[in-house]
Amino acid sequence: MNSPLTIALSKGRILKETLPLLAHADIRPVDDLDKSRKLILDTNHEQIKLLVVRASDVPTYVQYGAADLGVSGKDVIDEHGGDGLYEPLDLKIAQCKLMLAGPPDVDLERQTRLRVATKFVNTTRDWFAAQGKQVEIIKLYGSMELAPLVGLADCIVDVVDTGGTLKANELVPLEHIADISSRLIVNKASMKMKQQAVKTLISHIRAGVEAA
Amino acid sequence: MTNKWLLPEGIDEALPDEALWLETLRRELLDMYQSWGYELLMPPFIEYMDSLLISSPTHDVQTFKLTDQLTGKMMGVRPDMTPQVARIDAHRLQRRGAARYCYLGTVLKTRPDNFAGSRSPMQVGVEFYGHNGLESDLEVLRLMIETIQRCGINNLHIDLGDASIINRFATQAELSSAEIDRLYTLLQRKAVTDLATFVAEREMPVSISEALLALPDLNGDQSIFEAAQELEAFNQPECKESLLKLQSLAQMLKRAYPELDINFDLAELSGFRYQNGVVFAAYMAGEGRELARGGRYDGIGESFGEARAATGFSADLKNLMGLGDRKVDGAADTILAPNEESPELQAMIMSLRAEGKIVIESVATELDQRCSHQLKQIDGDWLVQAVSNKD
Repeated sequence: MNSPLTIALSKGRILKETLPLLAHADIRPVDDLDKSRKLILDTNHEQIKLLVVRASDVPTYVQYGAADLGVSGKDVIDEHGGDGLYEPLDLKIAQCKLMLAGPPDVDLERQTRLRVATKFVNTTRDWFAAQGKQVEIIKLYGSMELAPLVGLADCIVDVVDTGGTLKANELVPLEHIADISSRLIVNKASMKMKQQAVKTLISHIRAGVEAA
Repeated sequence: MTNKWLLPEGIDEALPDEALWLETLRRELLDMYQSWGYELLMPPFIEYMDSLLISSPTHDVQTFKLTDQLTGKMMGVRPDMTPQVARIDAHRLQRRGAARYCYLGTVLKTRPDNFAGSRSPMQVGVEFYGHNGLESDLEVLRLMIETIQRCGINNLHIDLGDASIINRFATQAELSSAEIDRLYTLLQRKAVTDLATFVAEREMPVSISEALLALPDLNGDQSIFEAAQELEAFNQPECKESLLKLQSLAQMLKRAYPELDINFDLAELSGFRYQNGVVFAAYMAGEGRELARGGRYDGIGESFGEARAATGFSADLKNLMGLGDRKVDGAADTILAPNEESPELQAMIMSLRAEGKIVIESVATELDQRCSHQLKQIDGDWLVQAVSNKD
């Protein structure tokens, strides 16, 4: 298990919930993550490094081999397309739902095109297309809930955890699109070239998931 | 200032050093294929869409299209030369026995295959038609390895699989065409969780669902064969035979290249849906994507009138060149000659050029930077003399 391994993680909820799983594989960051501003973090193993990147960038880092492994939400993987990645393990963390939401009185069956605000452009287009509907997609990077309130969109597609933000903005969940949880993703070449190290790590983390 | 010099995304050009190296490799590779008995084919750059897509419908989105003003039919710029070679083999040449072809040329893709990748790769590859057996699989694999090594890439890792096993299970599970697409995607991504859902939602024999769920883990060294044997579905005679073939192929390859790192992956289709036998890909450390891939796709010529056994590989020569650490030997001696009409001088220049030397006839007094030597007349004879630095 001496091959160097790089693991891409995103700050926030996923990182917080991934660390106990990594600890199960005896991988612990040396620095305090809340204080450190480093982007490449050392761990208690000299050959294992952690990268802290933006959540939506994790699949890109792993796909092109800049990181051997990564932890990424299923929402992000689906939006990315998942091409060139292995996703051998559901970590069952950061669970939430991808939902269509909007004001209670929105008419989803109306004749004119719906305007949908989302950061999941591909997923949204495919989901509506599968129902035979063409929609106008408005790509936003955050605060999706605002769009229907100010008339920018009729409804939104976003991940919903507790539904608190929706409620506070007088929006309601309309349709359930997918269940989301974080997946361990692996670069194709790393899986083949660093077989031993990668497989050992996966089995340790799997044990951690099962124990949780 | 306008940016009129900008090239389209994913379209590049080779400047002198790179062009020289690319051309050197191109010649070396074609000479090598020829010495193995592979005949060079030069398919057209553009064809009717009907024939480009017939053996590989997935190429549709990857093809740049235009309308033929003469016939009104849709034409496409080739995104891949493999179907063209299949057409030539089945329709034009109609050979009966074994046929070996090689090809090298620029293809054009609407989208790059990889990150910051080229949309105009220089595709190089070989195809072996008319033989179904380990000998042709091995020969093509050896040529793939030789090709990559010529470009200066060593420490190769070869991944072997057999697409016929997955195809067999998919047939036995009685999946629809759309379901097979979905199954292939899930297997390619080793998406264990989604695969479990997919299998649970469908009715299929228990032995098959068990085997499908096991596939994402069946990758690694020899030990995967023991793991596979414990599953009923892999003990069907045809599967057993496929697994045995794969092991003998690996042994033969190991004998030919003892230092080679060989692994197996039974869930791998190497990205080609139409493959139905041994599939393989080459990887190198630090490179996230495969360098070259290939495999068996018997029956490809069927749409052109003749189904033939076929196996082959292809790679992007520009990509291989960029990754290799072999550097082109410095250009031959470059000699500066005065621009004179003397017959003796001209004869000397022509004979030097025939020897492979580069002779530049000067048009100015300035010395060309590349010139290491110059032709000087001494006592009536023209002699080649080294240029002393900063002369």
